[in-house]
Amino acid sequence: MDINATFIAQIVVFLILLWVIFKFIVPPISNMIDERQKKIAEGLAAAERGQKDLDEAKSRADAVVSEARDRANQIIDQASRRSNEIVEQAKHTATAEGDRLIAAAKQQIELEATKAREDLRRQVSDLTVRTAAKLLGREIDASKHADLLGKLASEI
Amino acid sequence: MAAEHAAGATPSPTEYISHHLGHLTVGEGFWTFHIDTLIMSAVLAVLVVLFLGIAARQAASGKQTKFLGFVELVFDFVDTQVSEMYHGDRRFLTALALTLFVWIVAMNTMDLLPVDLPGQVAGLAGYDGAHWRILPTADLNGTIAMATVVLVLVVVFAIKAKGVGGYAHEWLTAPFGKNPILWIPNILLNLVELLAKPVSLSMRLFGNMFAGELIFMLIALLGFAATNAAGAAAVPYFLGQVIAGSVWAVFHILIVLLQAFIFMVLPIVYISMAQEHH
Repeated sequence: MDINATFIAQIVVFLILLWVIFKFIVPPISNMIDERQKKIAEGLAAAERGQKDLDEAKSRADAVVSEARDRANQIIDQASRRSNEIVEQAKHTATAEGDRLIAAAKQQIELEATKAREDLRRQVSDLTVRTAAKLLGREIDASKHADLLGKLASEI
Repeated sequence: MAAEHAAGATPSPTEYISHHLGHLTVGEGFWTFHIDTLIMSAVLAVLVVLFLGIAARQAASGKQTKFLGFVELVFDFVDTQVSEMYHGDRRFLTALALTLFVWIVAMNTMDLLPVDLPGQVAGLAGYDGAHWRILPTADLNGTIAMATVVLVLVVVFAIKAKGVGGYAHEWLTAPFGKNPILWIPNILLNLVELLAKPVSLSMRLFGNMFAGELIFMLIALLGFAATNAAGAAAVPYFLGQVIAGSVWAVFHILIVLLQAFIFMVLPIVYISMAQEHH
C-alpha cells in the first residue's frame, strides 16, 4: 500500500471520466427524463380535463333527455286533451244534428198530418155536400151555402 | 486454481498471497506507476462511458429500449439521492455521483473475477509470473485519487457559496469562537475535519475491497491444499473452496454495491454541508 505517482494518474483518469459524464452523458438522459415527466404531467392534466368534459357532457345530456321527456309528456297530454275535446265536440255535433233531424222529421210529420187532415176535411165536407145534395135532391150551391159548409167543416 | 507462478514449483501460501498483492510497476520511488491499476481503471472507465453513452444516445434519439430503462433506473436512483441531500442546481453533483457510483461498481465488480484469472491470462500470453492486481479500488492510489478530487470539490463549493473571505473567516472562527487566541485551535480542528473526509472515504473503500480480495485469496488457498493433498483427502478442501467461495462471492456483491453507494452519497453530503453557513 504505497502511495506513488499512480495516484496522480488516477486523478487524471477520474477527472476525464467525470468531465465526459457531465458533458455528454447526464444532459441527454436528464433531458429525456424531464421531458417525459412533463409529458406525463400533461397527459394527466389532459385526462382530468377529458374526465371533466365527459362529466359535463353527461350532465348536459341528462338535462336534454329529461327536458325532452317533459316535452313529450306535455305533447302527449295536449294530444289526449285535444282528442277528448274532438270526441266531445263530435258527440255534440252529432247530438245536435240528430236533434235537428228529429225536429225536421217531426215538423215534416206535422205538416203531412195537417195536410192530410185538411185533405180529409175537404173530402169529408165534399162528401157531406154531395151526400146532402143527394139527400135533398138538388145541388147545393156551394157558393150560396159557403158559410154553412164552412161551419160544418170546422165542426168536423 | 492451478499454480501458474514460478514454472513447475508450487509456491508456499505466503509466497502465493504476497505475489497476488504485488503490483505490476513501472518507475522508481515516487514516480512508480501501477500499470495494472491504471489499465484496469482506464478500461473500466471506457466501458462505463460506452455503457452510459449508448443509453445517452438512445435517450437523445427518443428511442425507448429496455437497456435505456435500466440505465434510467440507475440514473434516477442516483439523481433522487442527490436531490434529497442537495437543494439547488444539482446537474454537476448528479454527474459526480453517477460517475463515482458506476465507476466504483465497475471496479469493485472485478473482485468477483477469479483471483488467479489475470495470472492465468498473463501465463497464456507468455508473461509467466507477472503481477497483476485486477482490483483498482484495492489500491490506495485509486481510492485516494477519487477522495482528493472530492476534497477539492468540497473546498471549491464552500468558496463558491461563501466567498474566499467568508470561507477563511470560517476557518479562523468556527467552531470555538471569534477570539484571536482561538484561531490556532480553530484552524487545527478545521484541518482535521476537512482531511478526515477524504481519508475516511478512501480508507473505507480501500479497506473493504482489500479485505474482500484477501479473503478470496485465502479461499483460493483451499484449492491449493486440494492440489497438494492426494486422492480422497482433496475432497473436503475442494468442497470448502467451492462453498466458501460461492458464499463469499454472493456476500461480496452486497459489499460491492454498498461501498459504491457510500462513496457516492458521502461526497454529496460533504459538499452540501460545505455550503451551509455556520
